[in-house]
Amino acid sequence: MMALSLAWRQLRSQWAAGEVRVLMIALVLAVMATTSVGFFTDRIQSSLQSQGNLLLGADLVVSTDHSLNTKYRDEANRLQLKNIQTLEFPSMVVHDEQSQLAEIKAVEQGFPLRGDLTISQQAHGAGSTASGVPAPGHVWIEPRLANLLSLKVGDSLEVGESKFEVSAILQREPSRGGDMFSIAPRLMMNVADVEATRLIQFGSRVKYQLLVAADRASIADFSLWVKPQLIRGERLEDTSSARPEMKSALEKAQQFLGLSSMVGVILAMVAMFLASLPYVQKSLDTYALMRCFGASKQLIVRILLWQTLLLALIGSLVGCVLGFFAQQGLAELAGKLFLETLPEPSLMPAVGGLLAGFATMLAVVWPHLLRLRDVPALRILRRDLGDSESADWFSFVPAVLVLAELVFWHAGSLKLAGAALLALLGLIVVTGLISWYAGRLLNRLPGGSIGAWKLGLAGLKRRPLMATAQVVGISLGLMALILLALVRGDLLQNWQSSLPADAPNRFVINIQPTQIQGIKAFFTQSGIANAEVFPMVRGRLVAVNHQPLNTKQYTDERSQRLAEREFNLSWAVDMQADNQLVAGRWWQGDESGKPMLSLEQGLADNLKLKLGDTLTYDIAGSKLDLPITSIRKVEWDTMRANFFAVTPPGVLDTFAASYITSFHLPVGQEDTLNQLIRRFPNLTVIDVAALMEQVRGIMGKMTYAIEYVFGFSVLAGLAVLYAALVATREERVREATLLRVLGASRLQVTLAILAEFFCIGLIAAVLAGLAANAMAYYVSVHLLSIPYQFNFKASLLALLLSVLLVPVAAWLGVRGFLNQPPRALLQSI
Amino acid sequence: MHTPFAVETIELSKHVISSDSRLNILTDLRLAVPAGERLAIVGSSGSGKSTLLSLLAGLDTPSSGKVLINGENICTLDEDGRAAIRGKHMGFVFQSFQLLPALTALENVMLPLQLAGRKDAQVLALAALAKVGLEQRISHYPKQLSGGEQQRVAIARAFAPKPAILFADEPTGNLDAVTGHNIIELLFALNAEAGTTLILVTHDMALAQRCQRILSLQNGQLVETIINSEAQAQ
Repeated sequence: MMALSLAWRQLRSQWAAGEVRVLMIALVLAVMATTSVGFFTDRIQSSLQSQGNLLLGADLVVSTDHSLNTKYRDEANRLQLKNIQTLEFPSMVVHDEQSQLAEIKAVEQGFPLRGDLTISQQAHGAGSTASGVPAPGHVWIEPRLANLLSLKVGDSLEVGESKFEVSAILQREPSRGGDMFSIAPRLMMNVADVEATRLIQFGSRVKYQLLVAADRASIADFSLWVKPQLIRGERLEDTSSARPEMKSALEKAQQFLGLSSMVGVILAMVAMFLASLPYVQKSLDTYALMRCFGASKQLIVRILLWQTLLLALIGSLVGCVLGFFAQQGLAELAGKLFLETLPEPSLMPAVGGLLAGFATMLAVVWPHLLRLRDVPALRILRRDLGDSESADWFSFVPAVLVLAELVFWHAGSLKLAGAALLALLGLIVVTGLISWYAGRLLNRLPGGSIGAWKLGLAGLKRRPLMATAQVVGISLGLMALILLALVRGDLLQNWQSSLPADAPNRFVINIQPTQIQGIKAFFTQSGIANAEVFPMVRGRLVAVNHQPLNTKQYTDERSQRLAEREFNLSWAVDMQADNQLVAGRWWQGDESGKPMLSLEQGLADNLKLKLGDTLTYDIAGSKLDLPITSIRKVEWDTMRANFFAVTPPGVLDTFAASYITSFHLPVGQEDTLNQLIRRFPNLTVIDVAALMEQVRGIMGKMTYAIEYVFGFSVLAGLAVLYAALVATREERVREATLLRVLGASRLQVTLAILAEFFCIGLIAAVLAGLAANAMAYYVSVHLLSIPYQFNFKASLLALLLSVLLVPVAAWLGVRGFLNQPPRALLQSI
Repeated sequence: MHTPFAVETIELSKHVISSDSRLNILTDLRLAVPAGERLAIVGSSGSGKSTLLSLLAGLDTPSSGKVLINGENICTLDEDGRAAIRGKHMGFVFQSFQLLPALTALENVMLPLQLAGRKDAQVLALAALAKVGLEQRISHYPKQLSGGEQQRVAIARAFAPKPAILFADEPTGNLDAVTGHNIIELLFALNAEAGTTLILVTHDMALAQRCQRILSLQNGQLVETIINSEAQAQ
């Protein structure tokens, strides 16, 4: 207990004397950044999950191509999960002797379980949230169906053997996120009316769905129960089955958040390390004296361990509480931004924060505190003893391991975490080399000719390790600031502009070759620009490397589905602008007609296909062998028409092809669509405006969240800057005092300090600018797949601020001592 | 029966080896200090006084020879063993006071008592501070005390555990003449009262005269021993 009592007493006194405050602040910031980001991302991810669920209209969906086994509904009821059943099937709809294929959806009261239906009384214009589902005998129809059949609210139509009244125009349906190219216009009816239509017969193509909604744990339980029960033709859908556009946006948003919190944690750990240096230095005398008075090494280790644990406990608890309140403030704000209020956070981030606090203290600070165990008692007579003259590299191993663990935890991606750790390591190595070369350069400077400059630069030479630590610390602090500027200014803007306001929001499919010229002319007349037309040939993958495709070999359901479905193959002379070649090569102009295939990367990964594999497609009964000659990365969230499989021209020409185009239709010009459909009645127009709105919404909300999370990084960056500046203050005061005693004027001492920190600030800012731009480049090119331009302005601004503010801040730190007479200073040191 | 000396050295030597030479700081030094004696070690700068003090107190280890404290050779002990001997038998007063700036006057005095595991650390520390006239300043930090007051705290800290041997290294070196005189009066008064063996390192002959015996060191060797009969009579 004596060790605990002494540890507590010393900690309290050291807090009063200010030595331990910087360390404590850094720890609180580290835990605060970890927990607040943890709490926040936990809630954001729950919210994103909910948003994804809006696309499904539920949290989980059991889909079957046969009548739904009652056991699923029974289990959902047993677990007290909200559940409803829906049916979907294609059918002709007749009105005034006109008929049109429609996608019928029969729903129970309560649909959708997540999100809302938007209906209106007019085919165009804003709608309002529906309070229920179509009553028996009534249907709601999409504007496209209303246009095609010239229907309006109040008219009647026939579906199968039943007659219905159109009671609303269905403007938006959250679950309309299925396979874009198979959908006909929607007609929604009450499930009670299905039987009377007599449309469901043996062999009918019906999709039965059980929609389920509940809390996360219950959904997980239900999902776990359902999976082993599924038979052929049955599958589970959750947000991971969401459209690739939405998935891509969500993944990028999460990577962004992870990156933001990761930068904060790295910075806070660096701040803690820097803050521990003066703390250890100032404690050397204390422990030398304790050794002198008879304290054993074991007692000192126990005191140090108690101090570490007490600091970790207090700092982690304070950090957790502050982290909770910090995210609570944001949640208040975010509540207005998100569709629904954010779900309550779980306790896990707090547990994670406490663990991170203890792990960080024990890994970053404890190995350095342990130096105090070996401080010789003789230090009380010879103050130079016990000072660290060389770095014990092994003492950094625990810190590196914990840092790697935390970075991986926050980044959520081995690739991103590895890149960040390598960047950090590279920064430290480069800074160390530059500091070393600066020292060598210093030796070559002519003596006596540069006065204060040389005096200041000599400081860098005298403290190579501390100078390196300071440059790294200040670099990291500045890097956070530059990165924030880049993220705010460029990256997020670029991310958002990857889905510009005039991005295509309508797709037109089923265009026949003979209609292409007419449609192009129509678009030109209507002022619709950039409507490219792409050919599509339907084909099924039947063999890989001449071995029949066995879909059972794919363990995950998504891969199985991809292998079983029909693909739209296309051909093109040039690769689309939003595609990026990741392997192989695109064909040359003279390779038309050659059997070559460019495959989308995600599909290749899912089906375990690689460059050189030969794929056999069954196209209208004919077999076609195509070797994979390139693999492309496709940015699905650009919302442009894209294809999994593309060949050179002349390969698919002999097969029957239809064409697809996409274009941007400004709000209020919906009549153009009516004209198009009237002129080319066979066309199917697909409205993706709602989907785009959701993607844009996620981008907007996440931009805000990311900026907020980066705020913690900035705080941690400032803590690093502060810790780096105070790390050598004591030593600097001692040196300045001796210089004053030896006759140096205040101006000379001030200039020496300014010169030393000018160099530190200059090196740090240059490195920070390069590192921040490198990181922004990585995020830009590898995460967002958008071109990156070096931001000279932000880096130059950081450089100017650094060379001005760092020396001034350092001078302010010791200014008080410079104004005292040397006699008083000598006594104080 | 032979009573061991409080402090005894046998052929004590200390040298340091640099890249190209060997520097002898102390050479074959023999010394015996009976319990209760007041011994001054004088010499010019670089004569080896501080090195001798650090060896006698077990703060450093000799290159050869022995240091016996109450008959026990402390040179064969490890760091912790020597620390235990210091905690049990020794007190220290240094030129630069060596108070911990993070601790109050009371906490500074309590520190060696706590390290020795004394439950009555606070009571003893308060009594020691009262003896040096600082009972009103117990909660002050070193920076809030004058140089003389800081040295009083150091003296209270040295005497509070009632050590058998007190090592004083230039105790007035950082003080003005008047304050220094007062401190010396206090130090000797408390020493007389406790009957502590005092080993005083100083270059001040006037101060050394207060001791019963004066050893003069020159180039690491004992060159002169003066028996001060007047001080012995005291």
